[in-house]
Amino acid sequence: MKFSIQINCSPYNVNAGQKAYRFMLTAIAKNHQILRVFFYREGIYHALRWALPPDDEFQFSDRWSELARIHGVDLVVCISAAQRRGLLCLDEARRQGKQDDDLAEGFRIGGLGQLIESTLEADRFIVFS
Amino acid sequence: MKNYLFVLSKPTICGSYSQEMLDIILTAAVFDQHVTILLLDGGVFQLKKHQHPNADIKDTSSIFRALEIYDITNIYVEYESIQECGLDLSDLFLPVQICYRNNLTQLFLQFDVLFSN
Repeated sequence: MKFSIQINCSPYNVNAGQKAYRFMLTAIAKNHQILRVFFYREGIYHALRWALPPDDEFQFSDRWSELARIHGVDLVVCISAAQRRGLLCLDEARRQGKQDDDLAEGFRIGGLGQLIESTLEADRFIVFS
Repeated sequence: MKNYLFVLSKPTICGSYSQEMLDIILTAAVFDQHVTILLLDGGVFQLKKHQHPNADIKDTSSIFRALEIYDITNIYVEYESIQECGLDLSDLFLPVQICYRNNLTQLFLQFDVLFSN
């Protein structure tokens, strides 16, 4: 089955991001396909390159990067949600005359069209809020 | 093509909630999908007449007024929410269809994709 995932919550206000991560690992292990993960609203904070949780806590951005590297999951961060909240990738930062490089490895910046596109292709669409 | 239902359950002045949901709604419409909106709980205030937000707050009511341009005309409100919020259908600035709480599950089953928060 093909899944499209949207994540709307930040890593620390609720643990839906961790649930999404574990859901996806299980789905992949059962030979399902994750078409795309779309990070929206406060969910964009999962993509912070410089987040440094204490060693004994969930290393969220590292885990996501791993998911992209090992399983090829497409991690898309909404550009408008990210810019509102000050998360800029290197290219966008340069365009805006800034020095930032905030996007963790494995994520890419995209638009809402990619969210709708993935819901069209997926058999199931799940929102984690 | 798929049928999309967007459920808005929060009032107008609630952070960027309305704006960010409307952005998805408009994108789905631009992709030529069938879009329906359901307002329930405090979400029914989205269509309240006489909204005059100050300059610091986005006027999302103007986006609702523009939905017809995107062929979005299917807007449901939950009858019980209207009552609980002390409103009347004449308080709303767009024509809407009424849905009763008991029938929500049947309504949801008509759609392929459900966005809510």
